Amino acid sequence: MIVVKDLYKKFGDLEVLKGINCHIKEQEVVCIIGPSGSGKSTFLRCLNRLEEPTSGEIIIDNIPVTGDKTDINLIRQEVGMVFQRFNLFPHLTALENIMLAPMKVRKKSKKEAMEIAEELLAKVGLTDKRNSYPEQLSGGQQQRVAIARALAMRPKVMLFDEPTSALDPEVVGEVLTVMKTLAIEGMTMVVVTHEMGFAREVGDRVIFIDDGYFLEEGTPDEIFNNAKNERTRAFLSKIL
Amino acid sequence: MRWDFIADILPRLFKASILTLELTIAGISIGIVIGLIASLMRISGIKVLSAVAKAYVDFFRGTPLLVQIAIIHYALPVIFNYTPVAIVSGVIALGINSGAYVAEIFRAGIQSIDKGQMEAARSLGMTWGQAMRYIILPQAFKVSIPPLGNEFIALLKDSSLVSIIAVEELMTTGRLIMGRYPLVAEIWFSVALIYLILTSTIAILVNFVERRLQIGDSGQRSV
Repeated sequence: MIVVKDLYKKFGDLEVLKGINCHIKEQEVVCIIGPSGSGKSTFLRCLNRLEEPTSGEIIIDNIPVTGDKTDINLIRQEVGMVFQRFNLFPHLTALENIMLAPMKVRKKSKKEAMEIAEELLAKVGLTDKRNSYPEQLSGGQQQRVAIARALAMRPKVMLFDEPTSALDPEVVGEVLTVMKTLAIEGMTMVVVTHEMGFAREVGDRVIFIDDGYFLEEGTPDEIFNNAKNERTRAFLSKIL
Repeated sequence: MRWDFIADILPRLFKASILTLELTIAGISIGIVIGLIASLMRISGIKVLSAVAKAYVDFFRGTPLLVQIAIIHYALPVIFNYTPVAIVSGVIALGINSGAYVAEIFRAGIQSIDKGQMEAARSLGMTWGQAMRYIILPQAFKVSIPPLGNEFIALLKDSSLVSIIAVEELMTTGRLIMGRYPLVAEIWFSVALIYLILTSTIAILVNFVERRLQIGDSGQRSV
């Protein structure tokens, strides 16, 4: 589903990604863990080209993401993204936040978009908040609306960029529950996270990234219980 | 003070103030359109467009409006060989001049919107234009309303400058009355009073619009 070959990303002189290779299969849930500044968010943001890769190749669903001929807007329609700070549109209600992209990008009618939005709000458990503006919602509720907004495009892949890092501890669970449901339904997911519990329970594969390299990857059991790389073990011992 | 004289000339001045208002409204309307285009060019990331927009803003903010009016009404007609109409020259000058200020107001408004808004919109597959239109500009416009109100008031006052090309607005009318009745204090205090009434009314209206727009949500907050 996602193939990454020799991905490099530099910000000026600073090399953040130093030759990443990976292959993510359909319906796979891949969790990316690593210290801050290791390049994990940059990697994720390269996948839908919110960051422009310096070099390398990315292919999603057999379509090259990198390259001059690519219409990046078409690829982004298939790749949903959830941000650390939600980034809901503050001038629109929860329902309108979800309806906008299906209407303007997918050219759905208002009625169809409304049906999609209602269905997704129900899925994330916020039907009663349909007419609320983002600032009237808690962080956890906002993030659930943001997930619904991304899902409204019916993407084939979902990218999560530390989706619970900006949340109060007591609402982290409600967001993780929604993500878990998605995983069970077979969504292909790439999740940058500090939630080791989630990675362990829901992840099919865990990748440890440090200093711009994918240092180690494996099943949650292999990473959390039998990490081979010393730096992986050092990182895990600090956070577990 | 000749209060009876003031009472006599006030109706005429009020009538002239309608043209002042019309000039200002036409000017700010043109200014908003030009300003929007210039601000988008400025932030487009396309070097040529950005440079053109910057040159426009620099020129019209860096030279006196009085000179701009003279150029539009006297200089350009000589170069391009046509007969100018004073009121048209006046509106164009006010419009182009305020466009430069409005461009900066919109640019500041757009840049005040959290970067995550553009990213979220683009991540959904929206084009840059769609993201601007549906996400960034509605929020930026709201942030821009107070400075736009200030610009409106400034332009109303500046519209008095078109009196040098004999557009019969409030200022010119004051001068015309002066020519016949040399009651300096009565005339200019009356003119000032009417400008003050106009600007205060606009300030109240802008305030009202601002408060109306705050109902429901509070603007550019993103967390």
